[in-house]
Amino acid sequence: MTTHAAAQPPPHSGCSPAGTLSIAISGSGGAGVMTVGELLLDAAARAGLYGRMGRTFGPQIRGGEAAALLRLSSTPIEGVGDAYDLLVALDWGNIDRFADEIPLSPDSQVLFDDKAGEVPPVVVASGANCRGLPLSETARAVRGGRPNLVVLGLLAGALDLPAALVREAVRARFGERSVETALAVLELGLATEPPLSRPLSPSRAAGVRWNVSGNQAAGLGALRGGIRFVAAYPITPATDLLEWLAEELPAADGDLVQAEDELAAVNMCIGASFGGVPSLTATSGPGLALMLEAIGLSVASETPIVVVDVMRGGPSTGIPTKSEQTDLDIAVNGLHGEAPHLVLAPLGVADCLFTTQWSVELAEALQAPAIVLSDQSLAQSRLIVDEPPTRSSPATRRCAESPGADYRRYAITDDGVSPMAIPGTPGGMYVADGLTHDVRGRPSSRSADHRAQLDKRRDKLTGFDFGAAWGEVDGDGAAAVITWGSSTAAVREAVDRLRAAGCAVRCIALRLISPLPIDALRGALAGVERAVVVEHNHSGQLHRLLRANADWPCPLTAWHRPGPLPLRPGELVAALSEALDARPNREETPA
Amino acid sequence: MSETLTARDYKSDVHPVWCPGCGDFGILNALTKALAARQQPPERVALISGIGCSSRLPAYMTPYGFHGVHGRVLPMATGLAVARPDLTVIAMGGDGDGFSIGGNHFMHACRRNVNMVYLVMDNAVYGMTKGQASPTTQTDWTGSKLTPTGTHMPAFRPLEIALASGCAFVAREFSGNPNGLAQRIVEALDYPGFTFIQVLSPCITYRPEQMGYKKIVHEDFEPTSIRTEAMARLLDDDGMTTGLLFRAPPAPWQGDPAPEAHRAPERALVVGGGA
Ligand SMILES: Cc1ncc(C[n+]2csc(CCOP(=O)(O)OP(=O)(O)O)c2C)c(N)n1
Ligand code: SF4
Ligand SMILES: [Mg+2]
Repeated sequence: MTTHAAAQPPPHSGCSPAGTLSIAISGSGGAGVMTVGELLLDAAARAGLYGRMGRTFGPQIRGGEAAALLRLSSTPIEGVGDAYDLLVALDWGNIDRFADEIPLSPDSQVLFDDKAGEVPPVVVASGANCRGLPLSETARAVRGGRPNLVVLGLLAGALDLPAALVREAVRARFGERSVETALAVLELGLATEPPLSRPLSPSRAAGVRWNVSGNQAAGLGALRGGIRFVAAYPITPATDLLEWLAEELPAADGDLVQAEDELAAVNMCIGASFGGVPSLTATSGPGLALMLEAIGLSVASETPIVVVDVMRGGPSTGIPTKSEQTDLDIAVNGLHGEAPHLVLAPLGVADCLFTTQWSVELAEALQAPAIVLSDQSLAQSRLIVDEPPTRSSPATRRCAESPGADYRRYAITDDGVSPMAIPGTPGGMYVADGLTHDVRGRPSSRSADHRAQLDKRRDKLTGFDFGAAWGEVDGDGAAAVITWGSSTAAVREAVDRLRAAGCAVRCIALRLISPLPIDALRGALAGVERAVVVEHNHSGQLHRLLRANADWPCPLTAWHRPGPLPLRPGELVAALSEALDARPNREETPA
Repeated sequence: MSETLTARDYKSDVHPVWCPGCGDFGILNALTKALAARQQPPERVALISGIGCSSRLPAYMTPYGFHGVHGRVLPMATGLAVARPDLTVIAMGGDGDGFSIGGNHFMHACRRNVNMVYLVMDNAVYGMTKGQASPTTQTDWTGSKLTPTGTHMPAFRPLEIALASGCAFVAREFSGNPNGLAQRIVEALDYPGFTFIQVLSPCITYRPEQMGYKKIVHEDFEPTSIRTEAMARLLDDDGMTTGLLFRAPPAPWQGDPAPEAHRAPERALVVGGGA
């Protein structure tokens, strides 16, 4: 890529740190903002840049205002930035609705279609530099042409993306009937002098890259982990994960059934898994609430299943299209009785692959349900990443190969996992049961049987060696941040900035939430004097979980904020500086 | 099969918790006879149930079984039958389990037509919880403290609902006639698709009047393959008619056809990879 000769970029104090650029493209329904956003992300990826794209919509089911939220970068990035360097408005629609989702500053540039009318007060108030451009007029030169592709051409010019790669992206996207028109309009945009110049230098790293959403990554993790049965009941923002699996499962000889509700979906999974077929369902908070009784059955009958909960704003129907880490409490503690099970959370978009695959392996190996806490911000963002490493999932369910007359389905074993006879296996016949049972699976309310099975189901989880994947730890120093799931991106970026400013901060991101890796976390906190637990919810759910379950070598404070707005690194820099430096009980000596 | 399996080979040594004289014993006998008649290896059979007195049945037999949660027997059996079409899947439970808490699943299992037999052991009462009205309880039944003046609702009509939901095989039998029931179960097992048998099964304890069933059941259904005819037949039915009511030409659930070639699912994620 050559640097753009025409316009020298002004010295840039900017909204984004060097090497990254945040761009929002907004418009009303049918304006094609998502199309431009996706094409720009694809073209940037082809040109060697990294990036992400999120999407935001008004409340309409279809149509209505929408915005594509991009962040492009020379180096790998995960989360959103603090403010937008550039807003392109195809029209002003209900731009007010996005005002707090698209923060602008006096450093921001706003480009708008000069047919769109007055710049709305909320944009003027930001102090951003606004400039009207003849977008629809330019598009009109091509029959059937639309201004969104003019914008693509302009942005490609502003970023100095090679035109050939932008054309490739357009060709890969449009069908035969519309591709010529799209390319013709694109050329008009490319030929226009870009109104600004913000080139990013591409990474030289060779190798395959992916353009992947969290839901796709989770679906792929499920397949790689061996999932061959999926039961589905649609719910935002989990539906696209289920749809992706519907398309890919048949080629892997798997089955997907659309269930009549979540009660059916989860019980179908238990039935299929009883038959020896690794099974998964995906849902969001309301569906998880409906599934809890059956997840308890999965625990008691020791029939593995995986439930991906793509969290959204709660409680109740909440904010279906926005992210919040709001279901940790119910995922960990929502089951009736005492029902030890697995809860994991992916630490980023691409990590949805690893974490889901690992969850399948763990569920199968431990004959227990695993709940995967993804969320809307991971699931529905697209990220450009280096191709994640593949790992082969060993076939991990311990099956009874040739059970004899003394076969005991729920035998007490050293590690608590008992060989499972799969229907079809001669000699292994047993009745799986949610009733308290003896080692043969026969209903029993004897205290010795009850206690033995409770112990066994607990010990198989707490005694398991989860290895190093329980979390990710980096840095050192006397101050630490503990976080989980999608908050990890903003926390890491904030921690990087603090480190650049000379503060030593340890960053601990938990992937395994239940069973809580107490020893591993204690180890990671060795030498830490104060730690703050950061999460994207209203009540500090992980913080409470940690405080309730163990004594820690240092005091833990909490910093959390609910959705729907994403956590941004800038607000965390401020919050962490305060929490880690000016803590009230800092003198407290560690126990 | 070298050795012949008898009905006894399908009975486990677990002692039923049922009250002596419970109609469910007849259903247990019929099932063991039906499996023996088909010489079905017990390891290839899965008995799936919900919660209730009736749902205890799988433990009393030798095949694989799953005693799940209340009302969810059909989803569990559906998952198993879809994932393991090589197995013989028999779902069973009570009228409360199947028509009340699990009523939604009943309609959709009828529509979905996944291959299995579904036996509802219908005593028109919640036996396990000691005698409350169920969906099939008569409007004027005042035998429960929970509804001391009756249910104030018409009784649920499972055969009509099954027919209206697209069920392909609809029958009613009586647990007091285990041989007739066994034969109907064999027919249902032979039929590819979802088959539904409502089995009138007296609860000796909470509906002692049902001991009179044997005097009033009458085997009068004439099987038809025309749905409207079957529906018309039910309009003036007294609920005590037994036999095969309806049997459609088989068209079982097929699922998604596998694409011709296996392919790498990650192909579409690669930047510049097209597709
Ligand atoms: C979710 C749930 N709600 C309620 C119960 C209590 N319960 C157990 S069995 C039953 C009804 C049983 O009636 P039916 O299905 O007709 O079976 P029967 O005992 O008559 O054979 C109820 C309400 C339960 N186990 N689970
Ligand atoms: S309570 Fe009724 S249904 Fe339950 S076992 Fe006794 S007789 Fe049978
Ligand atoms: Mg009943």
